[in-house]
Amino acid sequence: MSAITFAVQLLNGVQYGLVLFLVASGLTLVFGILGVINLAHGAFYMLGAYFAWWIAAYTGSFLMALIGGVALSFMLGLLLENVFVRRLYGRDHLAQVLLSFGLILVVDELRQILFGKDVYSVKPPPWLEGSIQLTDNLSYPVYRLALCLFCLVLAALIFYVIQRTKLGMIIRAGAENRDMTRALGIPFDSVNRYVFAGGIALAALGGILVSPISTVYPGMGDGMLILSFVVVVLGGIGSVAGAAIGALLIGLTDTFGKVFFPQVSSILIYVLMAGVLLWRPNGILGKREA
Amino acid sequence: MKASSQSWIVAIALAVAIALPLVAPTYYVQFASKALLMGLLAVALNLVVGFGGMVSLCHAALFGLAGYSLAFLTPEGEGASIWLSLPAAVLVSSFAALVIGALSLRTKGIYFIMVTLAFGEMLFYLLHDTKIGGGSDGLYIYLKPEFGFGGAALDLERASTFYFVVLVCLVLGVALVSMLVRSPFGHALVAARDNERRARSLGFPVYRIRLTAFVISGALAGVAGYFSAAQFGFVAPQLLGWHLSATVLVMVVLGGMTSVLGPLAGALAIIGLEEVLKSNFEYWKLIYGLIVMAMVFVLPGGLQQLASMVLGAKPASEDDAVERDMTAPHDDAATDRLRPELLRSEAKAHV
Repeated sequence: MSAITFAVQLLNGVQYGLVLFLVASGLTLVFGILGVINLAHGAFYMLGAYFAWWIAAYTGSFLMALIGGVALSFMLGLLLENVFVRRLYGRDHLAQVLLSFGLILVVDELRQILFGKDVYSVKPPPWLEGSIQLTDNLSYPVYRLALCLFCLVLAALIFYVIQRTKLGMIIRAGAENRDMTRALGIPFDSVNRYVFAGGIALAALGGILVSPISTVYPGMGDGMLILSFVVVVLGGIGSVAGAAIGALLIGLTDTFGKVFFPQVSSILIYVLMAGVLLWRPNGILGKREA
Repeated sequence: MKASSQSWIVAIALAVAIALPLVAPTYYVQFASKALLMGLLAVALNLVVGFGGMVSLCHAALFGLAGYSLAFLTPEGEGASIWLSLPAAVLVSSFAALVIGALSLRTKGIYFIMVTLAFGEMLFYLLHDTKIGGGSDGLYIYLKPEFGFGGAALDLERASTFYFVVLVCLVLGVALVSMLVRSPFGHALVAARDNERRARSLGFPVYRIRLTAFVISGALAGVAGYFSAAQFGFVAPQLLGWHLSATVLVMVVLGGMTSVLGPLAGALAIIGLEEVLKSNFEYWKLIYGLIVMAMVFVLPGGLQQLASMVLGAKPASEDDAVERDMTAPHDDAATDRLRPELLRSEAKAHV
């Protein structure tokens, strides 16, 4: 493998990992802060992609699709939190698993009714079309590069919000000790709502961002859900930094696995997960048991 | 419900089950076989979920692996011998359960759910993406297993014979699980569910007990998977997918996790509901999903709660099904599970 192909694969792996990070960070925040396991996370990833296709088909603008898709998903998240998820705080995980499973069925069927089950593609914005010529017969699409950059900026923003802002402080305090936070008169419960909606929006954003490079299809959420779970298990529940490490590990393992060991590439990431479980059952950045 | 009235219900249900193939047309007999096999899977899963307190989302994979084993072991042009293929299939499922369980049980709570889900999906993708089991097309099993002993043989191709074999398996499976939960092993499993720390400090090898339960449950899931594959004559990766695992979990919760037979009732109810919805509505999954969501809020106690609401009786307590281990901490156990702050503090975030 030449250095340039290696670099291209590396870039692919990093880009895949970055998208994975966006989706998985939404999941890990909802886990860590609300204590809610959301199996429907993948369904919102899929829904985001369909929103993007739908809006892009009407307006012809990818930017509109991006903004509109995220806004729609965020509002949907607020609504769901208000109607259903709120009643689940404090219920056992089994109830959360069942509710989110029911939610998947409903979302899938609504998608079927609204958008059908066809496979679609979304055009990237015109100024990001085309590709950079690397060698005579090797080029790299501009959109993928822009995607990397966008994800990096967003990741920095997420870290900034959580580490440096008042909102982030409330989130961290609530995650550490919910009752104490509440007792101190901090409006933790209203923050919950936005965390859940934000998690959904991040999943949808992932789906929107990949819609120009992969196709939009009904089963796209299932694979993503499992991958995000593996990322969270690798990184440690509730840890956004862990999710970043886990996502990059998975992105690189998967990309290079497909190149070097195509026969077993589909199970490589699970082997990785098994290894991490043996080494650190609570994830790489997870807390050790008290 | 009192123990006596419960055994009456069971006796009547068993009589109906035995009489069914004598009166019902073939289609319904086949449908009933399918429902009973789902019931066996649900009973198996409940050993882990209800009595063990471990929410597993990989049981469909264990179920499907046994089906694939039958497909691999069925020679061309004839049926596989049940004496060889059934133990082999169950062994494959148990071994998979042993490996997955050994790794997953290093974690608990949300982690356990996610890890079992991920390993189950690993097996799904293994069969879906590689050519081992015919890829996404799956494999056909043209002939049902041959069930011969001595000179005689049971013809499993006959729907009613197949149904009775399934019924016997189910009864044996239920008997095994009932025996287990009443045994010291079962008491220790329940004690570990209710208060792990205390069970451990009393000297119970919690990890080993849970792993044993997980493997037994996987073996029973394998029996169900073996016969399901034999019935449909076809295995596909979807058999291992986590949607089936979640559906069986719905059956378990609907039927009630505190009794051995509850999940069987839940399975029959869900299979019946699916059939009714499928034949009446185009978008049946929408209604089905809404019913599942409503169940979480309206009927957290499942069918048992519904029955007691209708009959006006006091809700069946856990003691009906399992006499608690005297060493298990009664009060703590009951209240710990209800105190939200304890449950929520399990999952702490640290960024």
